[in-house]
Parts: sequence; structure tokens; C-alpha cells
Amino acid sequence: MIETKTLTCVACPKGCEVTIEYEGNEIIEIKGNTCPQGSAYAREEIVAPTRILPTTVIVKAGALPLVPVKTSKAIPLEIIPDAMEIIAKLEIEAPVKMGDVILKNILETGADVVATRNLPVLKA
Amino acid sequence: MHKLEKKLVIIGGGPAGLAAAKTAFDKGITDILILERDFELGGILPQCIHNGFGLHHFKEELTGPEYAQRFINDVAERAIEIKLNTMVLDVKENKKVYAVNKTEGFFEIQAAAVILAMGCRERTAGAIGIPGTRPAGVITAGTAQRYTNIEGYLPGKEVVILGSGDIGLIMARRLKLEGANVKAVCELLPYTGGLTRNVVQCLEDYDIPLLLNHTVTGIKGNGRLKAVEISEVDKNLKPIPDTAKIIKADTLLLSVGLIPENELSKKANVVLDQRTGGPIVNEGRETNIPGIFACGNVLHVHDLVDWVTEEAEIAASWAVKYIKKDFLKETAAIKVKAGQNVSYVIPQKIELQADDRKKIPLYMRVSQPLTAVNINLFADGEKLYSFSEPFAKPGEMISIPLAQKTLAQHENLQEISVEIVEKEGE
Ligand SMILES: Cc1cc2nc3c(=O)[nH]c(=O)nc-3n(C[C@H](O)[C@H](O)[C@H](O)COP(=O)(O)OP(=O)(O)OC[C@H]3O[C@@H](n4cnc5c(N)ncnc54)[C@H](O)[C@@H]3O)c2cc1C
Ligand code: SF4
Repeated sequence: MIETKTLTCVACPKGCEVTIEYEGNEIIEIKGNTCPQGSAYAREEIVAPTRILPTTVIVKAGALPLVPVKTSKAIPLEIIPDAMEIIAKLEIEAPVKMGDVILKNILETGADVVATRNLPVLKA
Repeated sequence: MHKLEKKLVIIGGGPAGLAAAKTAFDKGITDILILERDFELGGILPQCIHNGFGLHHFKEELTGPEYAQRFINDVAERAIEIKLNTMVLDVKENKKVYAVNKTEGFFEIQAAAVILAMGCRERTAGAIGIPGTRPAGVITAGTAQRYTNIEGYLPGKEVVILGSGDIGLIMARRLKLEGANVKAVCELLPYTGGLTRNVVQCLEDYDIPLLLNHTVTGIKGNGRLKAVEISEVDKNLKPIPDTAKIIKADTLLLSVGLIPENELSKKANVVLDQRTGGPIVNEGRETNIPGIFACGNVLHVHDLVDWVTEEAEIAASWAVKYIKKDFLKETAAIKVKAGQNVSYVIPQKIELQADDRKKIPLYMRVSQPLTAVNINLFADGEKLYSFSEPFAKPGEMISIPLAQKTLAQHENLQEISVEIVEKEGE
């Protein structure tokens, strides 16, 4: 069955409304984009949407109880709930440095979970 | 009382204060002091853990903490003096700054120039007058962001969000991913106040309903919030009585706007603009008080931190010129006017002499969403030039350049004005 979806392109702040016609993973037509990036975006949103996942990890003995983290690259949108479950179980120790790899290759995506700030040890 | 002297005092260690310090240092003023009331630098960014920062400034996508960390590192490398856990209580027209902290008590700093970078605060339930009691569980979206991302506990399990500003949208996704049931985001206006990418990636990705033209008309619960009543609104934004619906919720997040934090500015007799809530400034971001500058959210609420950085660089460059006495004003300022469909333009006036600049960026917001627009620039009523954009949205600040050449070509210019209009026939 041929389906039609209207997406808001987020590849740049203009936010064009892009209409895409597709059947399964086959793209039939893309309209409404003002540049090629828009059609690439729409294609990916239908075939395999991905997102960077930012969240937090529990830290022991840190100046704060949590450290913010992100996936080092975008991962499939559909596995984000599973990734959240795994990351929620992690616990690390201070000090933490921005860029530290907290978990390698989460769910075989090739993306690492990395810290996004420095966090010193809690001063007594 | 303990007394200090500093060339440049920066109030607030958020992205605006940090970028201002870095720029001033690199331009030759190294006797700088940053005063920050929090226990660490970074302002609001450490709690904005999501990505989407830095696309303009660093040409890569960073999270809030990463964006802050880069500037914190830059400031640390430059041996710029910082006092944390230090609250500024007063600023005077003569650039005396009064602050307090635990180790030094109450002290005075005489500055040659001051940069105001205190950021903004959130509108609260009190400020918007929702009927009903005030049980626990009614909090601002920013407070919820702090609880969830910094302090490590969830504000609630069943959530309704009022207001579709960026912080509300971001928190809808964050709480959903942390396992809460986010039942709806209600927006009074017929369009969202947030960035398009946030509507897509925070609401559409997770099927969170966005109810436009809806507002909260009642709050129920004693002690803890039990439910909220929402209603549709008519064209005049008045609730339509028979549309009221009750939604069970233990948490109501308010994302109903930010207000520049200008209590200190007022003490220094800085004149504020009714529309922005921040100081009236010239193109160097200097207020009506010579040598007192402002940048970032204290000046006007920014949607992208990248513009905060650019604005801080402008303010710091001119503060440096002011301190070095390499600073001349024209006898008469050129007024910058917000014309049709423009809610405000920063700067509000142009009055500084500068031979080395090519252009002056004009920051503005459109007053309602428009498509296929021309942004027209006029000098004393004469059309200068026009930029065309496919869209203009109130949630997204627009920056357009005013060429220095143009200013040079028009003698005795009184007024520059900008309008944003839809192209005819489209
Ligand atoms: C709750 C909240 C959430 C936000 N979330 C986002 C987001 O998700 N994405 C986004 O792009 N933008 C977000 N913003 C906008 C964001 O604040 C700006 O992009 C940027 O942080 C503004 O930088 P700033 O330095 O002007 O202000 P801030 O980051 O607010 O920094 C101001 C600093 O001044 C300090 N200060 C204030 N008064 C005093 C005083 N009297 N004495 C000493 N220090 C003082 C404060 O402690 C603070 O550290 C958010 C704003 C708020 C209020
Ligand atoms: S289609 Fe092109 S111009 Fe339109 S939003 Fe996407 S990237 Fe921007």
C-alpha cells in the first residue's frame, strides 16, 4: 500500500514541510523540500529514523549525583527505550571527564555512551 | 568592608558571561572578575543535557553541558579570576559592584566596566493566574529539568505540560524516556512557541499530543496535585466553557515563558525596554549607563545559545574599547525601529563610531508565524534591501546584517526600521 506522510524537515532551522510518498521502504516521491538535504532527511525518516540519545548516569562520590551522557552518534529511534533501560542500570565513580566512554557499542549500534561534562569528586 | 578594583566585572557565569570573559581577555583586558552565585560555572546549560547546541558557533551538534564545558575550559586556560558561590546584591551607576560570599563576607569592587550576564528566570503559576489551589506537583519546566537532570529524581509519573516553549517540549521527551506518562502539552496559541526540531523530536517521535488553542482552567488536589482541567480557547484566547476536560495528573509543568533577570540592572538605573524586558542598548550592547553592558538572556530571551555567545563577544569587544578609551559616540543616535510584524529589534539604537566593522547584526523576532516572507530594511523610510525567507516563526530569532557602508552612505540618518511581510500572491 502506498502511504503519504508530511514531515517537518529538521536538517536546518527553516523547517520545510516535506511530503513523502512511499511503499514499505521504497520511496516514490518527495515534495516540499527546498534543498537536497530535505529529501535525504525525509528518506531517512521513513527508512531508518535515528536520534542521538542524551540522558544521565548515576555517579558515586561525585560533586553531583548524576553525570549527563549521550550516544556518540545517532542510534535507531526504535531501540531508544531499550537503550534507556541499559543506561539506567549503569553506575560509575567520580571523577568523570567529558568524553569518557561509559559504555562501548551500546546494543551493537557502533555508538558509545560518553560523558558530556567533567564531574569532580565530592569534597568532604 | 573589603574593597577591590577590577578593570572588568562580569555578573553571571553562564554562557554569556563566559564568552564575554574569553573575548575581553583575548582582546587585551586581562584584569577580569566573574561573579557567579552558583557553585559552578555554566549557567542554565548543565541542566540542558539534550543535544542541539552549537550548530552555528562550533558547526557541530553538542549537548548543553558540552557547550558550557568548552567555554569553562577556555576560561580556565586564560587564568581569568572567578568567584563562585558569590551573589551580587547591588550595582551602582558609578560601576561599584557589591557582592557577598561565605569566605569574604560583603565586599565592594570598583570596576572600569561592567557586563551584565545574569540570564533569565521562568514565569511561575503565580505570574499567569491559573484558577484553583496550589498543591505540590505544580512546578516550572526548568525546575523539573533541574530535578531530573542534576538532582536525580523524577518530579512525577503522570504529567501535563502547559506551554509549548522549548523547555516544555524537551521535558516532555525527557520525562517520557524516564518512564513517566506525559499526557499532553497544552498551548494557548494556535502555534507552538518552540523550535520545529523540538516539536518533531520531542513530541511526534513519542506520540505525545500537542493540544493547540488549549489551556489549563483548573487545578485539583489538596496537598498533592490529583488532576488538571483543560479547556479549548476561542479566537480571543478565552476558554470555551463546555469544552472542559479533566485529566488525571500528579504533575503540571509550566513552560510559559522566561523573563530577563533585571533586578540588579534597575538598581544601577539601567533603562529597560517594555517589549524585551531587558535593557535598551546600542550596537555595542551598552546600556544607557556608560560602561555598563548587557548580553545573553538578561538582554532578551534567546532560543539558541549560539546567539548568546555572539552577543557576548560583541558586548565584550565594546567593553574592551570602553576601558581602553578607544570609544567614541556619534552626537545623535540612529533609532532602530521594529516595523510591521516585528516584535522587537536589538540593538534599539546605533551610535558608536567604528571604522573597522563591515556590518552590524540586527537581532529580531517576528510577532506571528508567517510564510514566504521578505525582511525589508529601511533608512528614514527609503528601502535599502530585502532578504527572503521561506518561514518566520516567533520561536526562532532572526539575525540580519546591516552593512556599515549603508550607514556611511546616509548622512544625518535618523532611523533604521525593519518589517517582515509575506510576499504578495503567495
Ligand atoms: C530553565 C531554563 C531552561 C533552558 N533550557 C534551554 C534549552 O533546553 N535549550 C536552549 O537552547 N536554551 C535553553 N534555555 C535558554 C538558555 O538559558 C540560554 O540559551 C543561555 O543559557 C543563556 O545564557 P546566559 O548566560 O544569558 O544565562 P544563564 O545560562 O541563565 O546564566 C546566568 C548566570 O548568572 C548567574 N546570576 C544571576 N544573577 C546573579 C547574581 N545576582 N549574582 C551572581 N550570579 C548571578 C546565574 O546563577 C547563572 O549562572 C533555558 C533557560 C532556562 C531559564
Ligand atoms: S528542506 Fe532544506 S531548506 Fe528546507 S528545512 Fe530541510 S534542510 Fe532546510
